[in-house]
Formats: sequence, C-alpha cells, structure tokens
Amino acid sequence: MANVFAALTTSHVPAIGAAIDLGKTQEPYWQPVFAGYEFAQQWIKQAKPDVVILVFNDHASAFSQEIIPTFALGCAEEFQPADEGWGARPVPVVKGDPAFATHLAQALILEEFDLTIVNKMDVDHGLTVPLSLVFGQPDAWPCKVIPLAVNVVQYPPPTGKRCFNLGQALRKAVASYDQDLRVMVWGTGGMSHQLQGPRAGLINQEFDQRFMDLFIDDPRSAAGIPHLEYLRESGSEGIELVMWLVARGALEPEVRTLRRFYHVPASNTAVGHLIVENLSNA
Amino acid sequence: MSRPIKEYDDIPGTTVFDGERSRQGFHLNMFCMSLMNAQSRAAFKANEAEYLQRFALTDEQRAAVLQRDWNGMIALGGNIYFMAKLIFSDGKSVQYVAAQMAGMSQEAYAQMMLNGGRSPNGNRYQWEQANG
Repeated sequence: MANVFAALTTSHVPAIGAAIDLGKTQEPYWQPVFAGYEFAQQWIKQAKPDVVILVFNDHASAFSQEIIPTFALGCAEEFQPADEGWGARPVPVVKGDPAFATHLAQALILEEFDLTIVNKMDVDHGLTVPLSLVFGQPDAWPCKVIPLAVNVVQYPPPTGKRCFNLGQALRKAVASYDQDLRVMVWGTGGMSHQLQGPRAGLINQEFDQRFMDLFIDDPRSAAGIPHLEYLRESGSEGIELVMWLVARGALEPEVRTLRRFYHVPASNTAVGHLIVENLSNA
Repeated sequence: MSRPIKEYDDIPGTTVFDGERSRQGFHLNMFCMSLMNAQSRAAFKANEAEYLQRFALTDEQRAAVLQRDWNGMIALGGNIYFMAKLIFSDGKSVQYVAAQMAGMSQEAYAQMMLNGGRSPNGNRYQWEQANG
C-alpha cells in the first residue's frame, strides 16, 4: 500500500527560481539560501519518493479571477510550466500520476473534502521553485508530482485547521491506495512576507520561528492560528503558511525533524524550510 | 465604493484582497492576466492605451496602469499576484515595485530586507502610527 513517510516544507519565492535559472546561486546574496537546501538535495536521493503531493498556491497563473477554487487537485498526465510574464521557466514538464490522483480525489470527496478536480493546468513558481530547490536542474523531475492548489490569492484562504484536517484525510486516502508507493507531502509558501502597500517588506522572525516550533511539536496549535494573526503578524502574504499545515496533517502526531533552515531575506521574503518524518519510520 | 468594515482594516499600510476588492478589480486583474503570453505583451507595449481599451477598466484604473501607480492599482482592486504580470512585462522585479509602494528607493528597501526586513513593531495597528 501507499504510505506518506515524510513531509517537506519550503518557501517558494519566484526570485529563487530566477536565481537558479540565471546561474546566480553562488553569488553572495544567494549562496546562503541555496546552502540551506544542500541537505535536502542529498537526503532526497536516498529517500526516493515515488510521488510528491505538492501543496502550493497558484499566483493568478492557472486560475484567473474567473474561477477561484479553494482546493484543487491536479489529475492530469502532465503540467506545463506557466508563462508568468517573462516566459515559462526553463524547467522540465511536471509529470503527474492520474490514476493515483483520481483515487485521492474520490477518497477525499467521500471524506467530505470537496476538492475541485483539475485535468488541465499550467503550474507556476509556487510549484516549480520547490522542485528546483530540492532536485536542482535535472533533465526530468525524478518523481511524479500531484499538485494540490490552495487559494491564498483572494481572502479568505481556507483556515489552518481545515488545511490540517485535509492533510489527515489525505494520509488516509494515500494509505487506501493499493499500489506500493513512497509518498511525500510538501507544503510550500511563506514564511512572513508582505508584497504590497506601504508596509511591504514586513518580516517577523519571531512569528516564523514560533510557527516552525508549533508545526513540529504542537501542530494543532499551529492550525488554530486565526487568519487575522497571520495578516497582522506575518504580513498579508505570510498567510500562505496555512499550506504547510496540509503537509503536517498528513504525518503522524509525533515526528522527527531531519532539517530546519531559516534565512532572511530572499528578495521580499523570509525563507523557511523543514523536513520531518514519522517517528515510526525508524 | 462602500464596503463593510473588516477586522483587518486597522492593519497599517495593508490592503487585504477580499471579495469586495476582487469585484472592484476584476477587469483590472484580468487585464494583467492577459499579459501571460509574448504576443499580448508585444501588443500592450506597442500601444498601452489602445490595448487597455480591450478591458472594461474605470478611468481611474486605466490612469493608474498607464502611470504605473502601484499603490493606486491596489486601492482600485488590483492584486499583487495579478499585477506581477505587468511588473514582469515591464522587465521589473517585485522588489522594485515593493520599494515604490513602500515609498523607498530600491537600494534603501533592499538594505532594509538585508537587515532583517521591516519590523512588525509599530506596524501592527494603525493607532501605533497615528501616535508616532
């Protein structure tokens, strides 16, 4: 049977993607950011997930204002990198797992998580920057990826609690699939940042560190953080952190932290990154 | 445009893109979204005012786009993720625009970020700023 064995979280700043694509990763500004992911790049080679369920938000690339799904599961064979205004990123096409994704959609909807099913979708930096950070610049991504898009563009996003509960349902849905698959769930976005208005540039390191503490040891408390607190404390775009909670919900209550990294800044944003695995793995 | 008072309205320098703002900015954001292919970007660059005629923007929204008044676009229902298409079409970065919205030079803004970013202290409530 399929099993979620670990979760990975990371910011998905577009400028990080540009730094990779333009060969700037060793420049003094960027070197500390990429050094923070060297562990993940080595670890993933032995962890070898067959499938990554990648929780991300579309930044007005696949979904315009015409249709704004709160949760959307990508069930397509493949997903093309989106043209976000400067041409598509030069990264491999993302290969999905339609049979597994379809199983997940069915199981989750019957668990009363009413996902939108997406059979055609371009994927933007929210999905491809995490892949680049962890897998580098391969000719093809080394595993299948099932995109799970969460609306954080138009307020309100789903609550942290809803995201955490979705993660728990996802864990069960994965475990009810009859193929032997090693599955990871990645939660992306954040950490504190604000991209608009006179308060642009807000960073709250204390909030971010506390969020990572709670994420690891007390995820139900993290899931209880109200939207207003994210907006006020972590900036208008820091609320993306609710997406991390899907990944945490998909793990067991007790986890072991394999990697914790935090760095300010990447462009306008605080970069946070965790790898946690189920204690029962050992 | 009247809108109900929201619990997040007292956060200084921050415009939350909620349902009312989404309705207000629909055509503005759909214009931004249209710049997601090279052909549209070329048509826009060739004659911005003419290109904008394709979209049902208000006069204020149209002026804000032509003047690249980023805070103006936000106030008129624009959303930064949609506006990013316009930013990238201009060959600019989000940091360039964030600095403008913050009323800072890009150098000063970038240095603020290197120093750890804008502190939340004094930036949580409007009254903190009103009292200096």
